[in-house]
Amino acid sequence: MFDKTLAELAQGLENGDFSSVELTQAYLDRIKAEDSKYNSYISVTESQALAQAKAADDTRAAGNAGAFTGLPFAHKDIFCTEGVRTSCASKMLDNFVAPYNATVVDKFNAAGGVMLGKTNMDEFAMGSSNESSFYGPARNPWDTERVPGGSSGGSAAAVAARLAPAATGTDTGGSIRQPAALCGITGIKPTYGRVSRYGMIAFASSLDQGGPMTRTAEDAAMMLNVMAGFDRRDSTSMQRDVPDYTADLSKPLAGLKIGLPKEYFPSDLNPAIAEQVQNAIKEYEALGATVKEISLPNTGLAVPAYYIIAPAEASSNLSRFDGVRYGYRCDSPVDLEDLYKRSRGEGFGAEVKRRIMVGTYALSEGFYDAYYKKAQQIRRLIKQDFTEALKEVDVIMGPTTPEPAFKLGEKTSDPIAMYMEDIFTIALNLAGLPGISIPCGQTNGLPVGLQVIGDYFAEQKLLNVAHQFQLATDWHKQSPEGI
Amino acid sequence: MEWEAVIGLEIHAQLATNSKIFSGASTAFGAEPNTQACAVDLALPGTLPVFNEEALRMAVKFGLAIDAEIGRTSIFDRKNYFYPDLPKGYQTSQLFHPIVGVGHVDITLEDGSTKRVGVTRAHLEEDAGKSLHDEFPGMTGIDLNRAGTPLLEIVSEPDMRSAEEAVAYVRKIHSIVTSLGICDGNMAEGSFRCDCNVSVRLKGEEEFGTRTETKNINSFRFIEKAILGEIDRQIDLIEDGGRVVQETRLYDANKNETRSMRSKEEANDYRYFPCPDLLPIVIEEDYIEEIRNNLPELPDARKERFIEQYKLSDYDAMVLSADRFLAEYFETVVTAAKDAKLAANWVMGELSKHLNANDTSIGDSPVSADQLGGLLVRIKDNTISGNIAKKVFEVMWSEGGSADEIIEAKGLKQVTDSGAIEAIVDEVISKSGPQVEQYIAAEPDKRGKMIGFFMGQVMKATGGKANPGAVTGILKKKLDALCD
Repeated sequence: MFDKTLAELAQGLENGDFSSVELTQAYLDRIKAEDSKYNSYISVTESQALAQAKAADDTRAAGNAGAFTGLPFAHKDIFCTEGVRTSCASKMLDNFVAPYNATVVDKFNAAGGVMLGKTNMDEFAMGSSNESSFYGPARNPWDTERVPGGSSGGSAAAVAARLAPAATGTDTGGSIRQPAALCGITGIKPTYGRVSRYGMIAFASSLDQGGPMTRTAEDAAMMLNVMAGFDRRDSTSMQRDVPDYTADLSKPLAGLKIGLPKEYFPSDLNPAIAEQVQNAIKEYEALGATVKEISLPNTGLAVPAYYIIAPAEASSNLSRFDGVRYGYRCDSPVDLEDLYKRSRGEGFGAEVKRRIMVGTYALSEGFYDAYYKKAQQIRRLIKQDFTEALKEVDVIMGPTTPEPAFKLGEKTSDPIAMYMEDIFTIALNLAGLPGISIPCGQTNGLPVGLQVIGDYFAEQKLLNVAHQFQLATDWHKQSPEGI
Repeated sequence: MEWEAVIGLEIHAQLATNSKIFSGASTAFGAEPNTQACAVDLALPGTLPVFNEEALRMAVKFGLAIDAEIGRTSIFDRKNYFYPDLPKGYQTSQLFHPIVGVGHVDITLEDGSTKRVGVTRAHLEEDAGKSLHDEFPGMTGIDLNRAGTPLLEIVSEPDMRSAEEAVAYVRKIHSIVTSLGICDGNMAEGSFRCDCNVSVRLKGEEEFGTRTETKNINSFRFIEKAILGEIDRQIDLIEDGGRVVQETRLYDANKNETRSMRSKEEANDYRYFPCPDLLPIVIEEDYIEEIRNNLPELPDARKERFIEQYKLSDYDAMVLSADRFLAEYFETVVTAAKDAKLAANWVMGELSKHLNANDTSIGDSPVSADQLGGLLVRIKDNTISGNIAKKVFEVMWSEGGSADEIIEAKGLKQVTDSGAIEAIVDEVISKSGPQVEQYIAAEPDKRGKMIGFFMGQVMKATGGKANPGAVTGILKKKLDALCD
């Protein structure tokens, strides 16, 4: 049962092979038995899950079941869930029980989904390894001495360890795609504005985007069908029709034009990664695609520009965590300044504080033009690179990450090395484009991810391209040893 | 040495929208603390702002009323600072691209002269909540009902040279925003408040002196007093060999003085940057034209109309046209009384006197325009005299009721029946021997003035109800008969 995809589980529920309550209980039991190895959940919401499952079974019995009715999944602990702790993996919000649902959460509830729990993540989504979590790092099911990636590391680990058939994630600089690659699963970051950010705790508002993390592209399409859509509560969400993302999955790829940016295959790229990605490209050629080398000349500026813009926005977004209205408050503050300094000093972890300081500095009087304004100019150049390239090709492909999963603690003392983890993913967030990572090979028993980038609102195309690859290969069917 | 003040003002006008600028919570004043603060206003994690378009319409109206450029693309910026009544840790405002650009207003001074004052800009922003320091000993209460209320911050050029000019400017802006219906103008509730930037320099000097900013003054009188006080303080300081420090000051109405709040060195670095949660507001020409075509009558136009239509003096027209609600009240009274001069006298006289004495705004007047109109009708048709009318007005103010009801109930109807008046006159004359003798003895041309005494006696005897014209005629006839 745990090896079944969402699509297969949906079929099983439909056939009456098992009920949602049985399915949910099985997953809850498995989480209880296994998650101590992976630490992929921050909260498991057993009683709510069983209640939702019961309601879903009733809906089905009444003949009103939809495509997602009764399917279990997990939410990244960045989405506000009414009545359930929503911690963002921070001490700051360890005691925070959200009084309202994020739009994405409402949508899954309305679709009849069953939330198993809230998954681990980097604190406030700041990190590429899950090591900045207040609840300890989630671990990579392929090798528990290694990181699952981040920030949506708990979601990736849970799906890879079969502790959830699917999970939500969020992606600000690669936080869906990088952990998907490192854990051998499928993860799509939709176009900025496709999925509502309301109730998704903000890291960097102009970059954050929620998306699905699943075993297959087909499952991702099912999840995105639930998640996507305009939300009047999010002014940056797009008023644009939502297609059925499962509709185009089986389209053949003959004639697909693939662009390979030379900047995504630098000479110092890990050769095993390069090899696996090249093999995947060959597979696509076999499926009828043509390949063309392209250039994204400003790629090298993406990481520096990102590490101005994202911390600048974060420094402002995280100001609300001040110990006044909710969340962590220090003991016995002597005055207002003490309350602020100690609540924030004690409530935030090191990486979050680092980014708040970087962002505050970048926005300071006298530095604004040199940093923030310049970074925004670079952002436009990067966007232009993609727009130009996508006039010539249908999709752009390359490695999702420069290397496979690294060891816990390996990069914690070197923030720059950690930031370079996102070198291939970050530019998309700056441009607002959609991208998907799918498993395309292995090196030393660790998964390798292929990133496919498409034009604005080309999620359907990306899912089609990913699905066709998954029909032809079985990398997405691999599971870690012992699972 | 002759000194000159240089004054620039920042006015915060709360826009009269039903809901807040970025959330659906109500903006009504006076609710229980924190009952009008939703998840967005509380800055709960994950919440996002949604711009209230009504605030945009109001800002554009103001821009058109002061003949300003309207920002075709205006952008919200975040002004970052920590304070407990600022839940997000930043105020959403507009720094780089405000909705209203350069405009101007014309002010009229007491000597009848006019002056043009430049408006640098006006931008949309959200109000903060309130910190309550006195209610909870040793603690501070936070009320977020006001947090997120839309404000239009109107920034003037440093064009004013006296407290009088400054007050005239503030009154003019007040008059415009209330006429447009975009602000209730209630200064006591903080719907309309003013920051005053004041500096002094020697007359003829080109350079500005160092300025201070006195924050959040909420009455016309306090604005005048605070500016006068600040000008004197700065002149004294400089003449005593000191120098003015750039700082923010607070006006203490109880002591009538300003005091230092924080200096420039302690000022925040607000780290402004464009708010990534809100899209730029892009306005089309059609949108502006539609608003322009539906603008209500503005104070200047109304004043001209009052002079033309009601033949009012320049001064009366200015006073009555400045406040939209006063103007509407006046016109309702005129419609009933059909006498503009009489209506103007009563609205600017008896009514204003009562409003001022009771610190009541025209909107809260216990005497409605219809009631006052009904009273003036009875003066016009000689049912009551002007003096009796004042008594009726007193009753109206304190007890309510129509003029006719009060006149009836209190028996105040004027006595015009000459038979009844003659009887009273006869009685007064018979009781006033010495005065009658003096009257007879006086030169004929002095007698007119002496009638006043008898008049007073008759009025006393009738409780003021006798028609003064009729009484004068009868008195004159009877007294002059005695002289023959």
